[in-house]
Amino acid sequence: MTGHQSVHHPPQRVGVVAESLPGETRVAATPPTVRLLLGLGYEVVVEPGAGAASGFGDEAYAEAGASLGEAWAADVVLKVNAPADEEIAKLRAGTTLVALVAPAQRPELLEALAAREVTVLALDAVPRISRAQSMDVLSSMANIAGYRAVIEAAHVFGRFFTGQVTAAGKVPPAKVLVAGAGVAGLAAIGAASSLGAIVRATDPRPEVADQVKSLGGEYLPVAAAQQDSTDGYAKATTADYDRAAAELYRAQAAEVDVVITTALVPGRPAPRLLTAEDVAAMRPGSVVVDMAAAQGGNVEGTVPGRSVVTGNGVTLIGYTDLASRLPAQASQLFGTNLVNLLRLLTPGKDGRIVIDFDDVVQRAVTVVRAGTVTWPPPPVSVSAAPPATAPAAATAAPVGAKPSRLTPAGRFGLIGLGMLAAFLLVAFAPAQLAENFTVFALAVVIGYYVIGKVHHSLHTPLMSVTNAISGIVVIGALVQIGHESALVTVLSFVAILLTSVNIFGGFAVTRRMLSMFSRGEPR
Amino acid sequence: MTSMTASRAADLVAALLFVLSLAGLSQHRTSRAGVVYGVVGMALALVATVVVSAQSVSAGPVALILLATVIGAAAGLWRARRVEMTQMPELIAVLHSFVGLAAVLVGWNSYLEVEAHGSHGRIADELIGIHHAEVYIGVFIGAVTFTGSVVAYLKLSARIKSRPLMLPGKNALNLGALGLFVVLTVWFTVSPGLPLMVAVTLLALALGWHLVASIGGGDMPVVVSMLNSYSGWAAAAAGFLLDNNLLIVTGALVGSSGAYLSYIMCQAMNRSFLSVIAGGFGIEAPPGGVDEQGEHHEIQPHEAAELLARARSVVITPGYGMAVAQAQHPVAELTRRLRERGVDVRFGVHPVAGRLPGHMNVLLAEAKVPYDIVLEMDEINDDFADTSVVLVIGANDTVNPSATEDPASPIAGMPVLRVWEAEQVVVFKRSMASGYAGVQNPLFFRENSSMLFGDAKQSVEGILRALGPETGREPASRAPGVTAAR
Repeated sequence: MTGHQSVHHPPQRVGVVAESLPGETRVAATPPTVRLLLGLGYEVVVEPGAGAASGFGDEAYAEAGASLGEAWAADVVLKVNAPADEEIAKLRAGTTLVALVAPAQRPELLEALAAREVTVLALDAVPRISRAQSMDVLSSMANIAGYRAVIEAAHVFGRFFTGQVTAAGKVPPAKVLVAGAGVAGLAAIGAASSLGAIVRATDPRPEVADQVKSLGGEYLPVAAAQQDSTDGYAKATTADYDRAAAELYRAQAAEVDVVITTALVPGRPAPRLLTAEDVAAMRPGSVVVDMAAAQGGNVEGTVPGRSVVTGNGVTLIGYTDLASRLPAQASQLFGTNLVNLLRLLTPGKDGRIVIDFDDVVQRAVTVVRAGTVTWPPPPVSVSAAPPATAPAAATAAPVGAKPSRLTPAGRFGLIGLGMLAAFLLVAFAPAQLAENFTVFALAVVIGYYVIGKVHHSLHTPLMSVTNAISGIVVIGALVQIGHESALVTVLSFVAILLTSVNIFGGFAVTRRMLSMFSRGEPR
Repeated sequence: MTSMTASRAADLVAALLFVLSLAGLSQHRTSRAGVVYGVVGMALALVATVVVSAQSVSAGPVALILLATVIGAAAGLWRARRVEMTQMPELIAVLHSFVGLAAVLVGWNSYLEVEAHGSHGRIADELIGIHHAEVYIGVFIGAVTFTGSVVAYLKLSARIKSRPLMLPGKNALNLGALGLFVVLTVWFTVSPGLPLMVAVTLLALALGWHLVASIGGGDMPVVVSMLNSYSGWAAAAAGFLLDNNLLIVTGALVGSSGAYLSYIMCQAMNRSFLSVIAGGFGIEAPPGGVDEQGEHHEIQPHEAAELLARARSVVITPGYGMAVAQAQHPVAELTRRLRERGVDVRFGVHPVAGRLPGHMNVLLAEAKVPYDIVLEMDEINDDFADTSVVLVIGANDTVNPSATEDPASPIAGMPVLRVWEAEQVVVFKRSMASGYAGVQNPLFFRENSSMLFGDAKQSVEGILRALGPETGREPASRAPGVTAAR
């Protein structure tokens, strides 16, 4: 990717190809997102019939400004699912492929793609940081799937979701349990509660309770040791937690009408939440939607891709294509996520992709780079950590990145000079000064490091405490008072008085400030 | 163990406690313990010093020490209890000036004890030249700190104009003063004398005055933390002078931590650290070169209240104007009411908002805003695009889009809060006057910006009235996925 001189090259062509996976109805670009791609300076070529299953005809693409033709030959190929073997064969060397490729699960696919000398951007490898939210296909698909799961359940469920009092009698509202309050779970909570159901939700992360509440659900905590998430995804749970959770699910299963499970842990089979006994305890006519069916299922007895009815009349839905069942919506959100990604990769808006490996998002999505597998990326933490200053070797020219002010050589030179100065000073100074200077130099370094991670809101208290501490100069006056002349004593007296104001006032005001800082809900 | 070795040991323990104190102050969890460490360390150091020096002097001076301490403590505690949180910057500046003045007095005393009487016995002969230099440097740093802090205090308390003083050739003046100081130091080391002592004191007082007078009110966060650093160096210089390791260690701790804090501030303003230390930076800003005027849209408090009532997420970016108007309490009340309605309210604080590093945080804490919704610029900047309404209360330059968009702007390159990415921005302002930097703010003329003119406190109170009496909890039913899972 290095060395593209945008002024000398024509814009790159973006190809939108048809999906080959059976049952797939989505497409990687819609007519509105094609317009946005053109706005980034690209030419767009769409494979004829690519949008048919989503309800976007070829003429709609043409009207938006795309040409119809052989999309696999384009410089950038946009796709929803990972390419099949015969599709991989169609990729030209140097092409950039953007698709869902499940890099963690399918290393052999990465090898096959790398052999074609292409660059692969995995949409399912977008890091979960705020800045990348607009490109997070998994989130937008999960949102759709969560909504659709409720619709599927309502379709099969033989009753209203909402409670009603009618002339024909009273109808109780349906009770819905949503397991897992990730994006899909929250979408399901929102959809079910807007249909009028009583919604409860479980999740190992207690911090999602407010989000559940904000969408109209009730959060059911599991009474066991909890955990923190550093990457935004749920982690595997402890044995203690699993026991407590199993009891909760058993009790809930007997009581609720609809269960929607969304529990997934990245890179592992889906955790088992409901056993066959739990399902057997459910009332006839109840519905279970297992959104993790493709990863092994949260519910014993679900069949991936199918809807089955158990002996006691409970419907187990294991559809794995929930997002594809809203094709127009899913394609639109998917396409917009792709545009946002390409916007990041096209800093010049000149229709040329530039991948900057110093950017955590771009580094993370790039799983194959010009024929070399670059998965997995270095870890990223959710809290916006400053991008690691990776060694500059072999990365693409960072566009508009802040250049380091000092070269490594320059820095070593400066440090060396400083060390030499310190050496000479101590070597030639009398013993007493040398000792003082040693103490001084070490204390300077400690002062620098000790507040290196100071919290921004504590700047003022820190300053007032250092102020109180610098009142230590009083010691000078203390050892001088009463020596020599009356003048010395008077001056010392004044100095002691002033610094006492400093010491007592400084500590007192710091205490006062700190006592005001409170956390959490006011009152 | 003699009283001398015990005193040395106490010095070491006190120094360690100070390190723990500073370390504790960098996190909320440990901050209160940090203050306790500091108090214990200080008490230990003082008691040890007084006990040792009491052996060599009569009862009179010891009584004087107690008297001075009691008076100083009473005054200090009284000020600490009474001070308004909006006046913290002034208080801290005054306290810095005390340290500076005390360092000057210690330096003079040392001169009177040693140099003025000849060096018989007190100082070894080969060290006397070094002692001369130490006296001179100590007085110089102390005096610069003293007048610098006094000027900062006068500016912060609006007793003098906060406009930067523009003497012709001010950089030459500063450099000249430094050069002169070096020459005088050499001269004094060779032949110490009273006129030279007076000369260096006056020179340093003038330099301190000029350094800070050349800096305008808006850059005060950097100035105050720089003076904090200077007061530490002054204490360290006194330590060299008296051969006292505790003074050296403590002074160096305060000096380098203050310098690092100033450095953080400088980065936030995209200024060079060196130009800050040299004083009088950032004043070459010409009056807004481009007359980028336009239509601004005015909004009334009740309309703003409607916007807020419909919002899902609100970010409030406070600035010095909030402190001036004492609006932190109504702002906190507004925050509480909106949060009860299920609106996600957060604060975005620019590192140099206010007149002191962390000034806004202290004010919001005083008004009982929970500190975990008060975020730093870097933490919140990427979230503005997903924010319904941003309230800009008394901030101007820190939310100016020309810093990122107009390379010719005097504040170009300064990191700012990207409030304009939000759906709606409401700017609380007294008039259309430009901010401290004298730069016009194109934010006011954006299509998604509205101006709410008037005193910030009254405006916020108007919004509170328009929001109506406190209601019970209304169930929030919002579109799924909007705040999902982050």
